Amino acid sequence: MIKGKAATTVERPLARVPLVLNKRNFSWLTERISGVVENPAPRWWWVSFTITGTVAMFGMFCLGYQISTGVGTWGLNHPVGWAWDITNFVFWIGIGHAGTLISAILFLLHQKWRTSINRSAEAMTLFAVMCAAIFPGVHVGRAWMAWFMAPVPTYYGIWQNFRSPLMWDVFAVSTYFTVSVLFWYTGLIPDLATLRDRATSKIKKFLFGFFACGWRGSNRNWRHYEMAYLLLAGLATPLVLSVHSVVSFDFATSILPTWHTTIFPPYFVAGAIFGGFAMVLTLMLPARAMFKLHDIITPQHIDKMAKIILLTGSFVTYAYVMEFFTAWYSGNAYERFAFWNRVFGPYWWYWWVGMLFCNMLSPQLFWFRWCRRNVYVVYFVCMCVNAGMWFERFIIIVGGLHRDFLPSSWGLFIPTWVDIWTFIGTLGIFTSLFLLFIRFLPMIAMSEVKITLPEADPHYGSTNGQQPAAAGGKERM
Amino acid sequence: MRTPSGHNVYAMAAEYPSAAALYEAAKVVRDAGFKRWDVHSPYPIHGMDEAMGLKKSWLSAVVLAGGISGLLTAATMEFGPSSFLYPLTVHGKPTNFFTVPAFFPIMFELTILFSAFAAFFAMFIMNGLPRLHHPIFNWERFSRATNDAFFLVIEARDPRFTEIEARNLLEKSGGQHITIIHED
Repeated sequence: MIKGKAATTVERPLARVPLVLNKRNFSWLTERISGVVENPAPRWWWVSFTITGTVAMFGMFCLGYQISTGVGTWGLNHPVGWAWDITNFVFWIGIGHAGTLISAILFLLHQKWRTSINRSAEAMTLFAVMCAAIFPGVHVGRAWMAWFMAPVPTYYGIWQNFRSPLMWDVFAVSTYFTVSVLFWYTGLIPDLATLRDRATSKIKKFLFGFFACGWRGSNRNWRHYEMAYLLLAGLATPLVLSVHSVVSFDFATSILPTWHTTIFPPYFVAGAIFGGFAMVLTLMLPARAMFKLHDIITPQHIDKMAKIILLTGSFVTYAYVMEFFTAWYSGNAYERFAFWNRVFGPYWWYWWVGMLFCNMLSPQLFWFRWCRRNVYVVYFVCMCVNAGMWFERFIIIVGGLHRDFLPSSWGLFIPTWVDIWTFIGTLGIFTSLFLLFIRFLPMIAMSEVKITLPEADPHYGSTNGQQPAAAGGKERM
Repeated sequence: MRTPSGHNVYAMAAEYPSAAALYEAAKVVRDAGFKRWDVHSPYPIHGMDEAMGLKKSWLSAVVLAGGISGLLTAATMEFGPSSFLYPLTVHGKPTNFFTVPAFFPIMFELTILFSAFAAFFAMFIMNGLPRLHHPIFNWERFSRATNDAFFLVIEARDPRFTEIEARNLLEKSGGQHITIIHED
């Protein structure tokens, strides 16, 4: 048990840069983070929401048009039967992965800096998975038949083929979404209680009170809560690795050149985290500037996320290079042709711009500290990665399909306006949901950031067991 | 127990200036032999379980049970129809037991899904949540428990509870704003 002195834990031989700058205290954190929700919406929020909401409406219209008219409104035809739709699906699912990496994997690795960004990254995960789910749901053609994917005997007592990767995908994505919601909501409960206790109007007090479930910060509750949180993190970690692996099985279990490869599961997971972190920064950097959260999301946080982008970008680069090597080393004519075609075929510039420049070269800037600390450079690289990861999925999917085994079956994919606007529409849906999230829920996990303050430590400032320390972080040893 | 004004007493409570002070106070109350008491803080305080004399949460056992039931559900759902009720031959591939690797992804996913539900609901049930009201909210200072304040609450139903002893203990351990909280 804890007896005697564990007193000098504050003095660390290698002092770290504090995660919350300017010695902010608990109540400052509560004020600043709750203030985002409690104060009236700033003008830029209304302007942004009007724009993204309008774009989302275009997307909704396209979906309605596609569902009522048929899947032929998309540019799909033989030989390219999967194109923008599945590209968008993989793109959005991938973006979600960074949220789970931050909330679960970094939690298990005791990376305390995650606390400033995990809430919004998890929200991003949910919205990205919602956008992803639209595409396969609509691509089934008769969207009202999507329930055929549920494990029930739908037709003459015939069950689904549980040995099919597409069926695995249904389970993986729906499990991923459900577990992400549970994890996110569990994390939200203490912060909802904070908003409940600060609420001024009756309706707010009721709503926050209802969703906070009567949370009162009791240590007997924290004990079970922390165990539940730890286990959810432990469950989400293999889950997130499995989801994009299963998505890659959709391709890897086929016999097409460039798809039929064993490198796909790790390659897809690394790419997902790579693209997802870029999207986290894309959303967080403006939010940080607009709500003046510079003391909570510090240059140190951005630096660390940039390093993860560099790391996962290097994984992805390695996978790209390895694919070419494997194609050459296999001696298989179709495989070799497919990769030659990737670089010099009709979609050549997708590879040169998307994969080579955006994904392989642009993250290399993050080797330099100056680039990691300059928000404009970081934002530029993130935008490159966002675009590059979309191009990568397009190259994998359409690149694998448009040159069939027989030249007589060759063809190209031309997107229709419905294809284009459905995708742009999901960008609008995604950003609109995120804007609503930062208005109505605490975008930073208050109860978790508070743990990173030095005075949160029960041994802070005490030299013998009985002497109480001053609150507010003024005394520093 | 009732106050002179006729209210039922829920507890005696005190506020502490810091996490460190609360941590030390918890050890004092633990050593005094109280059982029905609690501390409240805006975030989980590291090491507070030991300071309160609490053991490791047994929520993990519930989650294990959830995971096992998920695995069994998936196995039943996959083997039942695909191997017994209506063996589905696709591409002329076999439907016997040795096709089990193709069942692993769904087994894995349902194991995770059921475990996560178990963790989520067990956390609520074991904490006695959700509840819409609690006597402790009758104390106006308590609204800062989710912001920046630290509280220790000794319930009146503790067998060792007497007003004098509880007050002495809270005073001795450095508690401030010591008060009686009404039940209603």
